[in-house]
Amino acid sequence: MNSLLVIAGGFRMNMKMLGTSAWFLLMAVIQPIIFATIAYYMFRSGGRSGTLLYASLGAGMMGVWSSTLFGSGGMIQWQRWQGTLELGAAAPPSMGLVYLPFSLANSFTGMYALAATLVWGRLLFGVPLHFVHPWLFLLSLPATVAALGLMGLVLASTFILYRHANALSNLLEYPVWIASGLIFSTSLLPGWTRPISWALPPYWGVLAIRHAALGGDVWGPLAMVALLGLACLVIGFAMFRVFEHFARARATLSLT
Amino acid sequence: MAVIEAIELRRTYRTSTGVLRRKPLEVEAVRGISFAVEQGELFGLLGPNGAGKTTTIKMLITLLLPTGGHARVLGVDVVDNPREVRKRIGYVFGGDRGLYERLSARDNLRYFAELYGVSGKTQRARIDEVLELVGLKGREQERVEGYSRGMRQRLHIARGILHDPEVVFLDEPTIGVDPVGARELRTTIADLIAAGKTVLLTTHYMFEADALCDRIAVIAKGRIVGEGTPEALKAGVAEGRVTEIDAFGVDEAAVARLRAIDGVTAVTVEEHEQKQLLLVQTTGDRELTAPLLAELDGFEVGRVFSREPTLEDAYIALVTAE
Repeated sequence: MNSLLVIAGGFRMNMKMLGTSAWFLLMAVIQPIIFATIAYYMFRSGGRSGTLLYASLGAGMMGVWSSTLFGSGGMIQWQRWQGTLELGAAAPPSMGLVYLPFSLANSFTGMYALAATLVWGRLLFGVPLHFVHPWLFLLSLPATVAALGLMGLVLASTFILYRHANALSNLLEYPVWIASGLIFSTSLLPGWTRPISWALPPYWGVLAIRHAALGGDVWGPLAMVALLGLACLVIGFAMFRVFEHFARARATLSLT
Repeated sequence: MAVIEAIELRRTYRTSTGVLRRKPLEVEAVRGISFAVEQGELFGLLGPNGAGKTTTIKMLITLLLPTGGHARVLGVDVVDNPREVRKRIGYVFGGDRGLYERLSARDNLRYFAELYGVSGKTQRARIDEVLELVGLKGREQERVEGYSRGMRQRLHIARGILHDPEVVFLDEPTIGVDPVGARELRTTIADLIAAGKTVLLTTHYMFEADALCDRIAVIAKGRIVGEGTPEALKAGVAEGRVTEIDAFGVDEAAVARLRAIDGVTAVTVEEHEQKQLLLVQTTGDRELTAPLLAELDGFEVGRVFSREPTLEDAYIALVTAE
């Protein structure tokens, strides 16, 4: 019960902070327009039924991943600069639990990017919004976003120990877009990359979302999203535990 | 049983210098200190910058692992069972940082109340209570980014005591706060003791330590160089006297000559823009004004007077003797 209160409190607090950031609000409007435009022009020539929606969903998921990736790593850096990282570390709950809601809040703001991408695609380019399984779509979307948030937790843990883990964040944006099939189908990639795709929650997430929208098996990919999300949760908590211990030994929690 | 116990506590920081050929570097911040704080006591750790005060506090509140020795808070080892320690302590760091700037004071406190398991039923009342205690009632809906330093410091204290901890660690809580704000904060700290809390306070300000602390440990270069009640520490230098000399342009060589005078135990120089204030501590009742002025021959000297030692003099004597 206490853990749920910590998660709910952290989530609410982080959403409130994001809502007060003018820069964040500006990006929240501009970024989906950029993604919707990319999706439209990339797939306009395809001409097949459902291609535009396929591309728009992928573009929206690109926004979710970017938000998770930079938000999760950035939150630890930002808390270190602000002097609040030590407060989280010295609180009674485990550090993983303290920062889980922050990571989830970041990915759920990405969900807004996906919705906005679809709306802008519809308004600017006439992308049809017809979903084959609307209820499964509404289930797949938050499940995928939550799994991405848990993946963000694993990434955030590295920032506890390494003050300049930004390089890792920068490195991971495009490869994950490509390996997860957000921009184009992974069938175009070399065969050896397939296991990498399978290990990524966004690969299964966008598959579930696209199948829910355009038709196909939703439950299989959704089960993989849940499984990989759970694995990320376990790995994330374990890494926070280990890295927190190292950070206490090496004194890397604060800047002073 | 002591509420806070440090036994031969040590902390060494390992770092490196150089870019291509990295050279390992070890800095001994705390070199085996021991002290004990009893229930309901306000214990002060006094020392210059870099003496090891903050490192000591960070080990006691479980933010840093000691590299040697042991520490227990409320009988719980800070290394073996950090979570249990964290539940039962509160801590406050001085300075501007450590608050969620874009949130209001109430939202900041609400978040920490949830982290520390202050239940939903009592949360609102408790937040109101601590806001009242630190004098922020009425301003709690404003964003912290618009707060003055004193208000931030009071909010730090409110956060530190929100979950009603048994032990409170205060690391330079009045640093950078204006005199009126600092006085209000000292009243708040005194209220904590009146409420039965055990407090460990670090500070630079002698009068603050003198006014608040039951006992003081003076720490210099990672070691405790003196410990006792403020009166006992003052008594340590009470047999001597302090001569204050206003001077201009006195160099290191002249200061060294003053230190070499028989009967002089310590000399410190405070720079006040153009003017220097020389604080010369002497043993016994010997009158040393004449030999002191003789060594300052050639320098411009202003006001000279002799007085009884204060806690600050005791502190200077202990720190400079190290």
